Amino acid sequence: MKRFWLWLWCLVVSVSAQALTAEQALKLASGDADARIQALSESVLVPDERTTALVQALADDAVKVQGPLVLIVRDGRAQDAATGELVTVSDAAEDVINNNRMRNELETALAALQLVGGNDAQRLAAAKALLKEPDAARLPLLNKALQTERLNSVRQVLELARAAVWLNDEEPAQRIQGARQLALSKTPDTKLLLNQRLAEETNTEVKAQIAISLREIEKSLQWGEYLGAAFTGLSLGSILLLAALGLAITYGLMGVINMAHGELMMVGAYATFVVQGWVRQYVPSLFDAYLLVAVPVAFLAAASVGALMERTVLRFLYGRPLETLLATWGISLVLMQSVRSIFGAQNVAVENPVWMSGGLQLLPNLILPYNRLVIMGFALAVLAAMSLLISRTRLGLFVRGVTQNRPIASCMGVNTAKVDTYAFALGSGIAGLAGCALTQIGNVGPDLGQNYIVDSFMVVVLGGVGQLAGTVYAALGLGVLNKFLEGWAGAVLAKIMVLVFIIIFIQKRPQGIFAIKGRSVEA
Amino acid sequence: MNLPTTPPLLSRVGWSALVLALLLVTAAAPLMNLWIPPESSFHLSDYAVALLGRIMCYAICALAMDLIWGYTGILSLGHGLFFALGGYVMGMYLMRQIGQDGNYKSQLPDFMVFLDWKELPWHWALSDSFVATLFLVVAVPGLVAFVFGYFAFRSRIKGVYFSIITQALTFAAMLLFFRNETGFGGNNGFTDFKRILDLPLATPHIRMVLFVVTGLTLLGCYVMARWLVRSKFGRVLQAIRDAESRVMFSGYQPLGYKLAIWTLSAIMCGVAGALYVPQVGIINPGEMSPANSIEIAIWAAVGGRATLLGPIVGAFLVNGAKSWLTVAYPEIWLYFLGGLFMVVTLFLPNGVVGWLSGCLSRWFKTRRSA
Repeated sequence: MKRFWLWLWCLVVSVSAQALTAEQALKLASGDADARIQALSESVLVPDERTTALVQALADDAVKVQGPLVLIVRDGRAQDAATGELVTVSDAAEDVINNNRMRNELETALAALQLVGGNDAQRLAAAKALLKEPDAARLPLLNKALQTERLNSVRQVLELARAAVWLNDEEPAQRIQGARQLALSKTPDTKLLLNQRLAEETNTEVKAQIAISLREIEKSLQWGEYLGAAFTGLSLGSILLLAALGLAITYGLMGVINMAHGELMMVGAYATFVVQGWVRQYVPSLFDAYLLVAVPVAFLAAASVGALMERTVLRFLYGRPLETLLATWGISLVLMQSVRSIFGAQNVAVENPVWMSGGLQLLPNLILPYNRLVIMGFALAVLAAMSLLISRTRLGLFVRGVTQNRPIASCMGVNTAKVDTYAFALGSGIAGLAGCALTQIGNVGPDLGQNYIVDSFMVVVLGGVGQLAGTVYAALGLGVLNKFLEGWAGAVLAKIMVLVFIIIFIQKRPQGIFAIKGRSVEA
Repeated sequence: MNLPTTPPLLSRVGWSALVLALLLVTAAAPLMNLWIPPESSFHLSDYAVALLGRIMCYAICALAMDLIWGYTGILSLGHGLFFALGGYVMGMYLMRQIGQDGNYKSQLPDFMVFLDWKELPWHWALSDSFVATLFLVVAVPGLVAFVFGYFAFRSRIKGVYFSIITQALTFAAMLLFFRNETGFGGNNGFTDFKRILDLPLATPHIRMVLFVVTGLTLLGCYVMARWLVRSKFGRVLQAIRDAESRVMFSGYQPLGYKLAIWTLSAIMCGVAGALYVPQVGIINPGEMSPANSIEIAIWAAVGGRATLLGPIVGAFLVNGAKSWLTVAYPEIWLYFLGGLFMVVTLFLPNGVVGWLSGCLSRWFKTRRSA
């Protein structure tokens, strides 16, 4: 019944309304802010093209007042706001100046105007804007929009916006109704609205209802937050996994401390950058598919740098881990400086393909970005490919053989030097893949590798040397632990806590999560 | 006992020569800077003296690294942390010496005024006293090293594991010191020092005093290290380096030995840091970055591990090259440093000193047999 009266009232208003008059226009453009805002909310109820144009012009600072006339001045031509006739501007015309409050009002008014006149997307955006700034003066407008709106998604938002207005109603019953309805929308925005009201509310019943609604919202938001932290943790973990998988081969299987591992990632990232630039220049139509080319190129670039390192330096240092540590540190410095000389010291920009931007919205406060999802899938694929390679192929067999017992493998006719080179190139290539993945979520610069080297060594140490499974668990575990601690203690402290945790953990289990048992332990 | 004959450069003559050379530098540099007029070709510029003073601090670090890495076989990638800790303790004292002459004319150091702190945090309690500062310069790095070393060595973490964990340690400390809440000036650290012991820091004479103190400290560390490695204690250390299991089977407990030399080495670095800060005039968390710690290792490696003479020579060579190259050819410096790491590990496993003394002993042998 109530709704019917409202509807009738709206009908009356819209019938009695006429197009924008000169009087109304003057009210909108001059006088003190309160009066103008009053005029604004009245004129929004009766939308027509001229009103929309005037409000838009006001928001754009393109309005002058000349005597009784309100002029819209665009591109040097002045129009009468009420009639649309062209007018010449005299020197006496004064600019209309809007303060910040007025500006806010103009923006919401524009949203209100679009609520009725705009297309689907505009109406939805307008409804959302109104939800954020509830105002009793817009209740008639919302009611009217609800009358005509057919699209369900827009209706929902409009009802919420109306509930938000009710929340500030003078009637306590109405406020309770508003609070109850708002609980249906479990977003951070409604939580904010309810909290604001709770701070001012004096009526105990209303307070109770608001508290109930808040609890409901918080409960569902909590889930979103936990899931969000778990997701970013897994995402970080998958990046660590990519970075550490290569190390698991070079360090875990071959015993080489490769301090240049981060720089091999950097090589992969810059290879991706080069491929991206090349595709953009020569085949711009295929830009969205450039990653298909970049992945193998990044792998090959890093793998060939790795093979070169192994042939020229590392092969003389097998069995002397501390020396390999220093030599590869030297290599990392040289690689970093080379990249600085070739590409400059500044970060370079790598663009995401279009299909990787945006995200999957699962909950109101939980969006899973596509690029992170893709990287997680990519990490899994690399992991699967590598474990197949190690366990099923001839090369994998040789690598395992040489790792377990070099002299015997050699006696069996395995060319151990060649296997070393291949294995090192493989580990380096995987670092290149990690670098390629990193370009999609972070900056690409000469220091890229430095940021990951400590973390990835931690993963390998924690997981246990020579253990692929350990690497996987350690990477994902560290990633999730890091993100949960971050939510609780901030980014830097979380990092410190994780490092301290690892140091303590290593005290307890010096061989990592999965210790190798047997005679090879002390070797 | 049948010990191999010492190569000539490492014999009594060699090490006495180094002691003499160090004494000479310590005495001559201030003289040549203060009393010889600038026109003379024997005059040593302020820049050169400052550089020498800095390098002598580095040489102490390299010596400390040699004791732990060269003689005990434990490669630390976290010695930069102890250097910085010593530096920070001294820096806190120097900050308090500024008094009310800072930009904000407050009793508190400028950065605390900036953060709107009303009183000194608890860990600044002893920073007003010079004597307490001298004590803390030794105690803080020593304590950190002792606690960390006790747990690490007790669970028999060694080799690369230990190196990587020390690197993580200094990395974590760097992150911690970068924060403003820690109370060490955040990423700007401490700078703008005015006085030491109520004497203005910028005068030539105070600079010379600092220089001489640094030189004498280096000398003292060298003599002590020499005595240490020739003692029974030092021989056990070298035995641990070469075959730790056999040392254990012979009835020695390596924990105490390793812990002692590790803590001593950290204290030496802390002292070097404390001497470094008043001469350079700044300390910030960048000193704790893993790269700095690895550089200390390369000084020792370039000069020659397990020679004592080598690290000092190495510190002078590498840092001399650094200060020349970073000015003359800034592009080349990292190539040079990177190349140095590779060349030394591949071709000069005993460092410059080891190589030279090898050449010398061959030369002696051919002359004797001729």
